[in-house]
Amino acid sequence: MVQAGVKPDGTTLFGSPSVEAMPAPATAGADPYVPTGDAALLAVANTRSPARTRRSAMLVVLALIVAAAVPTAFFNGYHLFQLTMVVVYAIGILGLSMLIGFNGQISLGHGAFFAIGAYTAAILMANWDVPYWATLPVSAAVCAIVGFLIGLPALRLEGHYLALTTFALAISIPQLLKINAVSDWTGGVQGLVIDKPDAPFGLPFSGDQWLYLFALAVGVVLYVIAWNLTRGRVGRAMMAVRDHSLAAEAMGVNLAMLKTRTFAWSAMFTGIAGSLQAIVVQFVAPDAYGVFISIFLFVGLVVGGVASIGGTILGAVFIEFVPNIATQLSKSAPGAIYGLLLIAVMFLMPQGAGGFLKSLATRLRR
Amino acid sequence: MEGLIHQVMSGIANGSIYASVALALVMIYKATHHINFAQGEMATFATYISLMLINAGVSYWAAFLFTLVIAFAGGMVIERILMRPMMNAPVLSSVGVFIGLLLIINACSGWFFGYTIKSFPSPFPSQPMLGGYVSGHELGSTAVTLVVLLLVYLFFRYTRLGLAMRAAAFNPASARLVGVRVGAMLGLGWGLAAAIGSMAGMMVAPVVFLDPNMMFGILLYAFAGALLGGIDNPLGAVLGGFAVGIIENLGGAYLVGTELKLTLALVIIVVVLVVKPTGLLGRAVQSRV
Amino acid sequence: MPALLEARGLHAAYGETKVLHGIDFAVQEGSVSALLGANGAGKTTTLRAICGMVKTQGEILFSGQRIDGRATEDVARRGVAHVPDGRGTFLELTVEENMRLGAYTRKDRAVAADFDRMFGYFPRLRERFHQQAGTLSGGEQQMLAIARALLLRPKLLLLDEPSFGLAPLIVQEIFAIMRRIRADENVSILLVEQNASLALDFAEYAYLLETGRIVVSGPAAEIQQDEAIRRSYLGY
Repeated sequence: MVQAGVKPDGTTLFGSPSVEAMPAPATAGADPYVPTGDAALLAVANTRSPARTRRSAMLVVLALIVAAAVPTAFFNGYHLFQLTMVVVYAIGILGLSMLIGFNGQISLGHGAFFAIGAYTAAILMANWDVPYWATLPVSAAVCAIVGFLIGLPALRLEGHYLALTTFALAISIPQLLKINAVSDWTGGVQGLVIDKPDAPFGLPFSGDQWLYLFALAVGVVLYVIAWNLTRGRVGRAMMAVRDHSLAAEAMGVNLAMLKTRTFAWSAMFTGIAGSLQAIVVQFVAPDAYGVFISIFLFVGLVVGGVASIGGTILGAVFIEFVPNIATQLSKSAPGAIYGLLLIAVMFLMPQGAGGFLKSLATRLRR
Repeated sequence: MEGLIHQVMSGIANGSIYASVALALVMIYKATHHINFAQGEMATFATYISLMLINAGVSYWAAFLFTLVIAFAGGMVIERILMRPMMNAPVLSSVGVFIGLLLIINACSGWFFGYTIKSFPSPFPSQPMLGGYVSGHELGSTAVTLVVLLLVYLFFRYTRLGLAMRAAAFNPASARLVGVRVGAMLGLGWGLAAAIGSMAGMMVAPVVFLDPNMMFGILLYAFAGALLGGIDNPLGAVLGGFAVGIIENLGGAYLVGTELKLTLALVIIVVVLVVKPTGLLGRAVQSRV
Repeated sequence: MPALLEARGLHAAYGETKVLHGIDFAVQEGSVSALLGANGAGKTTTLRAICGMVKTQGEILFSGQRIDGRATEDVARRGVAHVPDGRGTFLELTVEENMRLGAYTRKDRAVAADFDRMFGYFPRLRERFHQQAGTLSGGEQQMLAIARALLLRPKLLLLDEPSFGLAPLIVQEIFAIMRRIRADENVSILLVEQNASLALDFAEYAYLLETGRIVVSGPAAEIQQDEAIRRSYLGY
């Protein structure tokens, strides 16, 4: 049985050899949690000079200004839509990253939270004319609660079992969304159509431009929250629980509280992403939230780098644009590409592309 | 009363499919402690191959046997290439590889055979049998499944190779000490699991129709059955699969309606894992520090 | 005459932790050698190294052929039977199935006769033949483990702490049976034991391991009589 906390070569986190360990012929599955990217930065964080932090922050702000201005000015509606979806997926993957990357709980069912967020927004907007921006806080609250509730039984489940249960959840989502009893609100099998928002206060933006800027703004807020969360005490506790939960508990971490809270945070982020998706696409239907949305979020996370906040953006770009390009080859191409990359990453670059690039950058800086 | 009997019989027929897939899952879990998320896709792809053979003029049962052999070989290849290196990998890595495998095989099904739903022939007569309580296909597929399960049981219980495979699954270190080639046994185990899964696919395709995503729902039921019976207990998996089939049908008919049948499986999974994770017949799992 | 088993400059490690630091030892054909030492000295690791269960450097020769680096099942098929610490019984299988597995690699027809001979040494196994191995007592499991190993018709028998966790009376019984086995079977034995006096009584040659190095070696009788060695290394 693969145990949490025992690495492939038989050593535990604290270095002593696990006596039962026997050498495997060629362990291709190296530890995805070997600190690179942000986790490594965390270790270095205390020694990072303020000047360097200021410089990075300035770079990020600059990048944001460019990201906001250039597409709005120069891209057409469809490309803006694609970029908006990148932001949506990035937030969705960010949520998953908190749970899997930073806390070590494997969820293959985050499509459920995505769907809950999407439907919350759509139901509020279609049935009660709630303004689109007001649906986000409601969505956040609903998903956080649901996430917490799911996180409770998840406490009993380790590794494969949690993956299995969440996978089962992923398969069940469409059926749950089709329940007749609530189809008056959910629109049943046909789903719901909602109106496209206009730019507020008569600002000179088209609907697509405004949606992009709105999503970007929401994304910035959420990323800042995530950054602070993972860099602070909570983040350290999350990672301690991920790497060796018994030791973390011995050091005073309330395991149950932390894990369920992480689930709640994670669900909230992915739920907000779902709401944004509903607003941007203006349509929700049960079959759009099948098992594959959960799988694609997982793929995006792994490709970008499991414990890398920056990597989530890379992953989002990946899962937004690969289908666009690959379906020109064939309908099956995206799935095949995802599958091959997933396996390749697990074998060759367990830290994912994002983590790999980051460690490359760190090495070049020296 | 008639309705009840019909539902139970139908449940047994469905349950035979879930039992087979559950058995395949448990075989692989027992040997590797990994859950084969790609089990459904492997079965689907094999079913497509059998359809290809049938359409090419091969008789049904010949195609059936060929497919079992091809699936067996495929399972062995997958084990050798993908699973052997992943043996001691962390959970996330192995989950990633299995999901990756799922995606690739799913894509292959779509690529080679297309996404339009296809009908799949049944070798059994279509008229109702046993006093009208079951269709010919339900009776036939249950019989075939039971025969296959029986053969598998006899193989493991009474043959030298079956004993070696069981030993390799229970205690690979000790198995090596008596000269059992554990790696090869794992390959055989994968092959057998793949073959059993392909049989289930061929038996269920006439009912649910063949498309690349055919097996997702069935996989869910199989998970529920395997967990209900005990994820490390083959007999438990089979019994669990039948139980889930009956529960699904009765629950769907009398409790929650057909639209929520999948949810029933999810509920079973959650309840089992929270109340008795080892399942009804399984053994307690030690989790090491 | 070359030894049946010979190790030269054997190093072994678990991951990054080195356990054996270049040891040399040999087992002559038809003899019993003992490997003694305190907990953690590396005795079990040595047996595991012979069977290819740990990463090694250096040479291990069996019947003149190099077996270091070979897979465990290959070493077993060459005639090395290892009774591991903890017995290594297949607990979910029956006594019969455990014994059948012992004879797994054999293609000859004498297996049934060998079963009878094992029952001669360990009558309790015949009584419990169809019982699940996990329900056997510690002593019975040890007997089963030895029987399973002998059913391989090995040239070399590796015994890892057969006395571990067993009541003294049972240990005596087992060692008495092992004396019979040594006399009647054509097998050489490498015995690892923490109970030094027991081992020195049984063996002809002995090696003493301390933190991965051999500090004393020689005929067992001499070591037993050497008070200085007994006091400082063996604690009695």
